[in-house]
Amino acid sequence: MSNTQMKSGLELRDLSIRLGDRLLVDIDLVIAPGEIVTLMGPSGSGKSSLLGHICGTLPPVFDVRGVVRLNDTVLDGLAPQDRHVGILFQDDLLFPHLSVGGNLAFALPSSIRGKTERRARVAAALESAGLAGLAERDPVTLSGGQRARVALMRVLLSEPGVLLLDEPFSKLDRGLRDQIRSFVFDLARKNGLPTLMVTHDPEDGQAANGRVIALD
Amino acid sequence: MLRFVPIITLFFMVGPVSAGLIGTILPSFGILPALGGDGASLDPWQALLAQPGLDRSIGLSLINGLAATLISVVIVMLFCAAWQGTRVFRVLQRLLSPILSVPHATAAFGLAFLIAPSGWIARLVAQAAGWDRPPDLAIIHDPLGLAMIVGLVIKEIPFLFLMTLAALPQADTDRTAQVTASLGYGRITGWFKVTLPRIYPQIRLPVLAVLAYSTSVVDVAIILAPTTPAPLAVRILGWLSDPDLSYRFMASSGAVLQLGIVLVAMGVWIGGEKIVGALGRNWAVDGRRLAHDGWLRHGAAILAIVAAGAVILGLVVLLVWSIAGFWAFPDVLPRNFSLRLWAREFDALGDSLAVTLMIGVPSVLVAIALVLGCLENEVRTGFRPRKRVMWLIYLPLLVPQISFMFGLQVFFTLVGLDRTLFSVVLAHLVFVLPYVFLSLSDPFRALDPRYGQTALCLGASPNRVFWHVRLPLLTRAVLTAMAVGLAVTVGQYLPTLLIGAGRFATVTTEAVALATGGDRRMIGIYGLLQMMLPFAGFALALLIPAILFARRRGMGGNNRI
Repeated sequence: MSNTQMKSGLELRDLSIRLGDRLLVDIDLVIAPGEIVTLMGPSGSGKSSLLGHICGTLPPVFDVRGVVRLNDTVLDGLAPQDRHVGILFQDDLLFPHLSVGGNLAFALPSSIRGKTERRARVAAALESAGLAGLAERDPVTLSGGQRARVALMRVLLSEPGVLLLDEPFSKLDRGLRDQIRSFVFDLARKNGLPTLMVTHDPEDGQAANGRVIALD
Repeated sequence: MLRFVPIITLFFMVGPVSAGLIGTILPSFGILPALGGDGASLDPWQALLAQPGLDRSIGLSLINGLAATLISVVIVMLFCAAWQGTRVFRVLQRLLSPILSVPHATAAFGLAFLIAPSGWIARLVAQAAGWDRPPDLAIIHDPLGLAMIVGLVIKEIPFLFLMTLAALPQADTDRTAQVTASLGYGRITGWFKVTLPRIYPQIRLPVLAVLAYSTSVVDVAIILAPTTPAPLAVRILGWLSDPDLSYRFMASSGAVLQLGIVLVAMGVWIGGEKIVGALGRNWAVDGRRLAHDGWLRHGAAILAIVAAGAVILGLVVLLVWSIAGFWAFPDVLPRNFSLRLWAREFDALGDSLAVTLMIGVPSVLVAIALVLGCLENEVRTGFRPRKRVMWLIYLPLLVPQISFMFGLQVFFTLVGLDRTLFSVVLAHLVFVLPYVFLSLSDPFRALDPRYGQTALCLGASPNRVFWHVRLPLLTRAVLTAMAVGLAVTVGQYLPTLLIGAGRFATVTTEAVALATGGDRRMIGIYGLLQMMLPFAGFALALLIPAILFARRRGMGGNNRI
């Protein structure tokens, strides 16, 4: 974990997002590696716009000021695919035209070469998520909990430097929710990822056991 | 590169229309140096106005175009109002693609074979009534042009139905219907008072396109319209094809006049919209509910089913005629069947199919590439074209073909590209592009943008996201758009005839050329042949995704049969 010590995490410096005259977000925040910060706010409060801006996929109609830094690299101006920002939405968004294994291999960097090696990585990821042997399956045939786990493993395989969670548990059944929450949080901490979660469910914040910031 | 694609695409549509209009307007005032027209004059107009029966021709074009459009719109609106969200609606929705894929000329031939004095309907009546000869009635080419109106209506209904289907989801129609029903409104009244005002703005351009088409159509008119005199567009084509080249000047004036007629028709229509809108605003709040509208609902269903049935039955009659041996009146079926004619024409059929594909395949490939480029550019820049751009996309469908195709031919001659495959493909592209765009833009824009965001955040480049995520997810929609494009190029009559100067004998030019001869067996063969490529296209658009994604249930209804 010495590696983690040198990383400074995710910094949002004097960040504000406006749409027309409306101020959506105004925030100054540092998230340390392995820390989970929860942003609470009603829908329409611009939480998703903030995540979109960190990803680099926010449409240009928004007026954004401030700086986003990840481990001392300024992300502003970088293309989304070069940012190493992982994001999970409330839907798993597994690509329906690919198998479970295909979805994971899509995320695996191309620097990992050779069919056998790539397959092995995918299989290992599935196994570590308790999904061993499901690589050939059609994603839609998995249970909701299984799909949520595949979605997280897909993000982790892309070797992100930060994890963003956009109401990731709101569509799961109550029973499943606790289980998937701890699965996601544990892996985020284990991987030393600075994690930013936006939600309107107070239980998410409590379960994350970290800072909770209210947006209004 | 990508950001130039929208401009290039617009250029392919607007460029030929503009060049064609200029190339038509100049000769109409006597300017066409290639044919010795060096100075401006009003002679062509004087010659045009001296043509006998010109007023009748104009009247036929204007009134029949307006009538066909009005009837089509009313039937489609009534049917949607009465049956939206029911099983009848879904059944007709399934019939839609096959019916849309029938070229106008094929549908017109089929209709002619059904309603002609010696047609199938008359034969059925004759069996019952004991006639032994066909009634002496001009049903086809009737002086009022009623047959042409019917022929246009049965093909415009499916198109307008499709456009309405695309608009319906944006008006939250199912819940609106529940609300109006709970307030005591009959289905139709509730729909007309609440839903129609919300969706009409979205189908307005397609309606105007239908109006422009109906007012200036050539191929359907050759098959069904009165001949003495014929509607203006048909007469213009006659002058353009006259061996005496000096007729070209008068034809140009006629083509400009035709444009004027379409503009007048649009003015009348838009005026009508305003009146209906003003009356409708009062009607909407007068509290009348027409709670028991069963009779009207059934009437609407019958009209829609008759329209769809006429196209389908027409195809059946074409098929029967194409294999008919001896077939006397009033027999309902031929005495014997024979494939002799199919065998005799086999080589010729292959040739015309090959020519059709030679034009169609490049047109469709270029169109789909450009349209995908436009839509992908929208996603990447996050910038959607404004509403006004839609007018440009519809431009080729709003300007009558005959008013700019001759000018375009003049233009291609000027740059030395006349009678080439290249110029014919360009001419087809003008019409293929808008339809491919209209067909693909809704599904493309409806794709959940988070798929793309997710893929980008996983480190995939924008190109990889396009080829490996967006395109596969849209397989069915892309193939359907290509099938629509193919159906459009196969059905093109005027552009092939005029720009190709008769060098390109496609299934459609061959079929329409048979209209005057009246050989029913040959018409049956070529009518079916016209139908074959579009039908195969739509079948492949259903089958390919079903096979590719047989084991991917998550590809959803959009990618399965």
